[in-house]
Amino acid sequence: MTKKNAVELREVAKKIRVEIIKMLHCSQSGHTGGSLSAADIMSCLYFNEMNIDPKNPKMQGRDKFVLSKGHACPVLYATLAEAGYFEKEKLSTLRKLGSTLQGHPDMLLTPGVEMSTGSLGQGLSAANGMAMAAKLDDSDSRTYVLMGDGEQQEGQIWEAAMTAHHYKLDNICAFVDHNGLQIDGEVESIMGIEPLTDKWKAFGWHTIEIDGHDVEQILGAIKEARDTKGKPTVIIAKTVKGHGFTFCAGKVGYHGKAPTDQDIEEGLKEINKS
Amino acid sequence: MRELMGIRETYGETLAEVGAENKDIVVLDADLSGSTKTAVFGKKFPDRFFNMGIAEADMMTTAAGLAAAGKIPFASTFAIFATGKAFEQVRQSIAYTNLNVRIVSTHAGLTVGEDGGSHQAIEDISLMRTLPNMTVLVPGDGFEIRKMIRAIVDYKGPVYLRGARNKYPILFDDKYEFKIGKAVTLKTGADATIIACGFMLSQAVVAADMLKEKGHDVGVINMSTIKPIDKEAIIDAAKATNAIVTAEEHSIIGGLGSAVAEVLSENHPCFLKRVGVRDKFGKSAPAMELIKQYGLMPEDIVAATLDVIAKKQ
Ligand SMILES: Cc1ncc(C[n+]2csc(CCOP(=O)(O)OP(=O)(O)O)c2C)c(N)n1
Ligand SMILES: [Mg+2]
Repeated sequence: MTKKNAVELREVAKKIRVEIIKMLHCSQSGHTGGSLSAADIMSCLYFNEMNIDPKNPKMQGRDKFVLSKGHACPVLYATLAEAGYFEKEKLSTLRKLGSTLQGHPDMLLTPGVEMSTGSLGQGLSAANGMAMAAKLDDSDSRTYVLMGDGEQQEGQIWEAAMTAHHYKLDNICAFVDHNGLQIDGEVESIMGIEPLTDKWKAFGWHTIEIDGHDVEQILGAIKEARDTKGKPTVIIAKTVKGHGFTFCAGKVGYHGKAPTDQDIEEGLKEINKS
Repeated sequence: MRELMGIRETYGETLAEVGAENKDIVVLDADLSGSTKTAVFGKKFPDRFFNMGIAEADMMTTAAGLAAAGKIPFASTFAIFATGKAFEQVRQSIAYTNLNVRIVSTHAGLTVGEDGGSHQAIEDISLMRTLPNMTVLVPGDGFEIRKMIRAIVDYKGPVYLRGARNKYPILFDDKYEFKIGKAVTLKTGADATIIACGFMLSQAVVAADMLKEKGHDVGVINMSTIKPIDKEAIIDAAKATNAIVTAEEHSIIGGLGSAVAEVLSENHPCFLKRVGVRDKFGKSAPAMELIKQYGLMPEDIVAATLDVIAKKQ
């Protein structure tokens, strides 16, 4: 795919955000906040960084993406549709009977989904497996994985953090969508994860802190990750849950709540003005 | 007394053999490679062997990632950790995804012995059998596990193979033919049929001989594929004898006995008695003392068989 520039990536992220709220409004079920917070990262990965071919989703040697925080799949589906893995019309079938777009990602049903997720804490392990396979195959395929910040509470992530370091998986680039919120409230009040960057450092990872809504910073961090040899990289991306729309930005209540009729009306107006 | 053959030892040797033939095979272990014998493979193919440390959850999902990238991962640890500790990882990342991960456990059942109840998986068949897409295998002797390992290399979808710490009496030889989903009749009999798996297969063979001495003609079936279960073999046996006994080194809840009961009750209800661990955890003791204590001796199978024979008359 041709690489888009920063201006174009911002436009794509905007389109992704619109599709996210439209599809969630349509299904009246699903995860709004955590999908919106990751839209800029997804835009940069799929439209600038990753070596992929939407017309040939199983292309040999392709880069891979694992959505560890599977509940945020609307952002993945909107990105895949925008990239051309399937028609945008499909997005309105989200979570409906017979749909290829399940409530959490299903690799057996959706072209472009590399790993089925939904149970938090597993994505990094799966990505590690893919990265190990790439090393065995002498392939320069890279594996990207997006985790939540609440998800950092899962013990398996830290098992996987050890694995990626132990096996020197410098072909892994992990993101933490650090939006500060989980279901029951603020991450720091539920089960504190700070100092998060120090934790990853202590596990032997190269760490980069960025503003997860700043396209230039995202691109720079991805490049730095690619240039980092001998160890894996984690990009801790400060984000706002529900970013892009006033009705849900920073609101814990919009974790698993779909936009209402009024939300969608206001939201579309707001984004068209921005 | 029959000669013994190692289950895990044969696993290790066979894995190294198939590993030499197929470069897509990779092996993962969780700090038990000396016990599970995957270390044999690890020594020969260090690049394709991943010790994951004491992190079974990570091991299972990593195996899934390797499989998603086209590898054929064998992931091994003790049965309780493979199926219990990492159950949900196996469910989400291996079964739900229908990936070609081969989970080969060792140290299933009471024959773990001295390590005691914490280490004796009596529920692993039950846990794995309930997962859609999962195939569940239990070898009855060393020759069978050798054939099984070869059979699952190119098989489509996830597999759980229940291995053991102890050596089993040899029942078969190199000519033994194993097919996934196909029960093997060791002996036909008109009075009753014992359906067994794993270590209990050899106990069942002894039991059938003891019953013969008492004048009863009893058949023995090796149900080494628990899932997909060979319904036809069960129904045929029920039709022929109207009296079935199951024998397994596993809880009677959810294991072979339950699987057979499900088939019988829906197709050809008949007299059934399940020999197995009766809803209790294991304990520390030498393996064979536990087998005796928990009612898994040939004498126990004989008693159960006489019971079903008496009932049908
Ligand atoms: C293992 C597991 N436990 C619980 C859940 C339910 N759950 C779904 S989303 C979520 C909160 C996730 O918070 P975070 O990782 O911060 O994601 P984000 O804020 O990006 O949505 C929880 C607990 C789950 N999906 N998986
Ligand atoms: Mg969060």
